Amino acid sequence: MYDFLQQIWPTLWPTLAAIGVILAFVPVLGLYMTFIERKLAAYVQDRLGPNRVGPFGLFQAIADAIKLFLKEQVIPDHVFKLLYFIAPTLSLMTAMFALVVMPFGPVPTDYTSGFRYIVAPGIDIGIMMMIAISSLSAYGIILGGWASNNKYSLYGAIRSCAQFISYEIPLGLSIIGIVVAAGSLNIEQIVAAQSGDFWNWNIFWQPLALIVFFTSALAETNRLPFDLPECEQELVGGFHTEYGGIKFVLFFLAEYTHVVTVSFLTALLFFGGWHFPGLSGPVDAGLGGMLLRTFVLVAKVSMVVAFIMLLRWALPRFRFDQLMGLAWKGLIPLGLVNLVCVAVVFTFDLPKHLLSFTAVFLFVASLISARNLQSTINMPRSAGRPKAGSILSEVTV
Amino acid sequence: MSTETKKVKTVKWGEEPKLGWKEAMYLPAIASGLMTALKHAFSGKTTTRQYPDVEPVIPANYRGVHRLNRDEAGRVKCVACYMCQTACPANCIEIIAAPAPKDDPHWKDRDKFPETFTIDELRCIYCGMCEEACPVDAIELTSVYDLTGMSRQEMIFDKEKLLSVFDETVNSGRDPIRTNRGALGPASEEASTAKQGPPPPGRGRHG
Repeated sequence: MYDFLQQIWPTLWPTLAAIGVILAFVPVLGLYMTFIERKLAAYVQDRLGPNRVGPFGLFQAIADAIKLFLKEQVIPDHVFKLLYFIAPTLSLMTAMFALVVMPFGPVPTDYTSGFRYIVAPGIDIGIMMMIAISSLSAYGIILGGWASNNKYSLYGAIRSCAQFISYEIPLGLSIIGIVVAAGSLNIEQIVAAQSGDFWNWNIFWQPLALIVFFTSALAETNRLPFDLPECEQELVGGFHTEYGGIKFVLFFLAEYTHVVTVSFLTALLFFGGWHFPGLSGPVDAGLGGMLLRTFVLVAKVSMVVAFIMLLRWALPRFRFDQLMGLAWKGLIPLGLVNLVCVAVVFTFDLPKHLLSFTAVFLFVASLISARNLQSTINMPRSAGRPKAGSILSEVTV
Repeated sequence: MSTETKKVKTVKWGEEPKLGWKEAMYLPAIASGLMTALKHAFSGKTTTRQYPDVEPVIPANYRGVHRLNRDEAGRVKCVACYMCQTACPANCIEIIAAPAPKDDPHWKDRDKFPETFTIDELRCIYCGMCEEACPVDAIELTSVYDLTGMSRQEMIFDKEKLLSVFDETVNSGRDPIRTNRGALGPASEEASTAKQGPPPPGRGRHG
């Protein structure tokens, strides 16, 4: 036994350390992301935000956590007890499980030297596993909605089900182009393919893929422009209406873990990961290079997180038919067009930066959809309601 | 329904704005929305009031907690005429009048004075009709807005409490602008008593 442990120890300790880092950081990160989000929301709305607890309100997150942990555990009579308890844990479990294949820092090329920054290094189906796991996150939400035995919760859960199924497709389509270019599903190799100059970052030759990917990934996180499963105005609280205290925290933490995952994926797949001009070269450098690269990655990720939080206050929520229309009529065709362009470019060995002109298809798509929008908007009105601008008199009140 | 109540209203249907290709592309609209959000985020202007730390500036015509004014001799100005009690729409003022002690030189120019003067601050609707009604400007609504109490009994202010509100607010420099403090109305003659100096000890409490 001892010999066995001694034998696997060199590979065991970095894994354990990485798991520890993830387990320690994700809840703290989730808590402080709520704080940052509240501050950002306050600044956007010309307010001050939480500023009473500690300097600049920094301990507000801790106070919130203590309050939520000490709350009375209310279990409604009408819920399906088993699933009611399983749902939040499942939700958080799937959200954190996706982090297994996610490099949260520069991964050394030989996977052995120093700290690895990843729980499971060198998984050749990394990005595919990530997508597979992230589709599981609908499971926790649907179970929560079903177990709540509440019309609004179930309705929110069903919405999220439809949303997840619809947005899985463009999410996958947008990544395929990058996978083709890198020649691997391994996230570390996709990042390695973007090393060197700025112009090797995937955003500069696959802007269309970025837009499709980011939109559908945002929909997968249930964040504001796409938060129909929990929209307060229509569904009370959606799938987490019946949840409070620590069980609510788990759902909440799952959502923020998704935000972190999406931000990391965006930075890794499109913004060059831990690469920066002047910082290229193999990752087996010393401690300073490691820290610098970690900083670069974390900076990119936090910019994406800030962008996601800002989007929340810039965009209104989609109507449900608009949500479905965006996925099926907008993002999936665009993803397919992008895929065809990538295939053509790589088949005929054309310079890959030709692909940056795929952004033109966004204009084409918008022209087409503008025509469609005008006809579909006017259709239901002509059926039931009077024509716009017409004057109805003799209304008795 | 009679014909008089029938009303003819003209309804004009509005028109939804047509979506052009710019809106259909979403991105310009998103960018403009983000710019608005960023502009506000970095404007540095906040509309938050730091209430317990920074007290708000209350307009001078604010109607807050009542006070019973004193005249120059330190007596209560009120002449127990029951005008405010009659005018009060909430029935929150209760006055019991007593004849002024005629043998006391301090009170010799008054016929009546309020033996008790009680205002239920919880029942009051702060309409200001009592100070409108008062012929001697004895009752006023101050700009004190943060009135709290631990019990209902505590919120029933008697004469001493109302006079102490006067003592607290008289030097605040924020007198109500509705009434002229200092000049007694024609119903009260103060000319002689004003020169008699402070009230004798033991009487000041009763005003």
